[in-house]
Amino acid sequence: MPHGFIENLFVFVLAGFLGFEVIRRVSPLLHTPLMSLTNALDAIVVVAGIIICGEAKSPLSTLLGAIAVAAAFSNMIGGFLITDRMLRMFKSTSGRKKS
Amino acid sequence: MNAAAAQTLANFVYVFAVIGFILSLKWLSSPATARRGVLFGEISAGLAVITTFEDPRLHQFHWILLALGIGLIIGIPLGLVKMTAVPQRTAMSHAFGALAAAVIGISEYYVDVAQHHLSAFQMTEIALEVIIGSLSLTGSLIAAGKLQEWLPQRPIVYKGQNYFSLSVLGSAVALALILVLHPAYTFLFPFMVVISLLFGVMLVMPIGGADMPTVISLLNSYVGLSAALLGFVLNSKVLVVAGALDGSSGFILSVIMCKAMNRSFTNVLFGAFGQLQVSAKSVQEQRSVRSASPEDAASILASASSVVVVPGYGMAVAQAQHKVRELFDILSRAGVNVRFAIHPVAGRMPGHMNVLLAEADVPYDKLIEMDDANSDMPQTDVALIIGANDVTNPAAKTDQSSPIYGMPIIEVDQARTVMVIKRSLNPGFAGIDNPLYYMDHTLMLFGDAKAFVSDIVRALAAEGVGKAAGAAR
Repeated sequence: MPHGFIENLFVFVLAGFLGFEVIRRVSPLLHTPLMSLTNALDAIVVVAGIIICGEAKSPLSTLLGAIAVAAAFSNMIGGFLITDRMLRMFKSTSGRKKS
Repeated sequence: MNAAAAQTLANFVYVFAVIGFILSLKWLSSPATARRGVLFGEISAGLAVITTFEDPRLHQFHWILLALGIGLIIGIPLGLVKMTAVPQRTAMSHAFGALAAAVIGISEYYVDVAQHHLSAFQMTEIALEVIIGSLSLTGSLIAAGKLQEWLPQRPIVYKGQNYFSLSVLGSAVALALILVLHPAYTFLFPFMVVISLLFGVMLVMPIGGADMPTVISLLNSYVGLSAALLGFVLNSKVLVVAGALDGSSGFILSVIMCKAMNRSFTNVLFGAFGQLQVSAKSVQEQRSVRSASPEDAASILASASSVVVVPGYGMAVAQAQHKVRELFDILSRAGVNVRFAIHPVAGRMPGHMNVLLAEADVPYDKLIEMDDANSDMPQTDVALIIGANDVTNPAAKTDQSSPIYGMPIIEVDQARTVMVIKRSLNPGFAGIDNPLYYMDHTLMLFGDAKAFVSDIVRALAAEGVGKAAGAAR
């Protein structure tokens, strides 16, 4: 078994349960922004893409890394952008009268 | 900065990023704090990206910068799509997420193979990661195509489909197994990828438009899982955490969607809702319905003290949400308590209807969940149904032979008066007859949702209800 597997498994299990408990409490009002936000957070994969691309171990890995960076970064930008746009629209009755 | 220091700094930043991710999801529990959550997520992700540039393993930057530029050019328009297009945008971003995870897995495979240090264990991780990433990629693309209506929304089914699909998945797994046992057969790897891509297409093709909320949530959870697996492959804890959070979010949403339709995962994936449509009763005995004019509807609404509006996807298709908000405004000014009851599967993705109503400037505290709506329904004067059908069908509770029997519904039949805006009596998308339309206290308002609602608004304004003549603004 490779080095670090068990640690990663611990992290995965804990993060999975934590995510379950936190996300369970997200209001159904906001389930669409929830999905776009988790997409944006998941785009942290861009970090791995940057390393693969920048290490330049082979032309193929550079190319695949660059594809990953472009795909993940577009998710990060687009995901945060649309989540914020959606959340700005949610106004309460009192908040709406003020504006 | 020396290599060890850079690595330590990066690890601390990743820990900070993980804290930010969790807080940003936590703050999504209420609309009041949600935007702060997004800001935290942005800061965390931004810091993580910037710190990665300090990584000592990097020695070539121009491709990275080019790729980031391309990502920016694609990402901004994807962040600016119309709210009605959010479901297909979300499916596209699942596809991008899956693409990123899959290609990194593929790259890891070839790099490790070239250096001859790929253990059976690592091969298993990589194979699993690449299979899930690839099938999520094509599955999400098909889902996006269906939501954009480039592909037929109806389920595409043929005989023996499930066995064929499963044997395709089985052969991808078999190839993975061979690769684990015989790492030298590297030529099999591309076949494994292609077969997984094919399986993604076959997985989503048979699923109909009405099941999209569940499918999109399931794909969300697959994408998260592939990112977490990538974290295992690369030994990167920040990826494991982000993937686990994304995966559990998709999983929770899938469970909510399945419960809201009273169906199981296997039923959604392999049940092909389309087959049920054929078996639905097509016998239309002659039953009488009562219909009403916009003026009648207006006077009933004006004399009500509480109104519950049940919007469905049909409202979004007719682009009626802004007119509905005008109706909401004029009735609210007249002192009528107007609220919107949102069924969990209303719309084409979880929470879609809430976003559309929020965009039309309906305050979110007037959007209520199904259970709250149902407990208030007996005290409700008017239930007004706009573009929704199956989610209000009382047959789900009473008729055991109905294909939707057991599905939780918004119990509009309990309200004192029911009004349904509908083009005609034709059964809706799923082809299931709705006994609600023939009940004594139901009024059918035949017409286009947008036109009919504006007629009601005009009639109300003409009578001086809410003291806002010509409510349009």
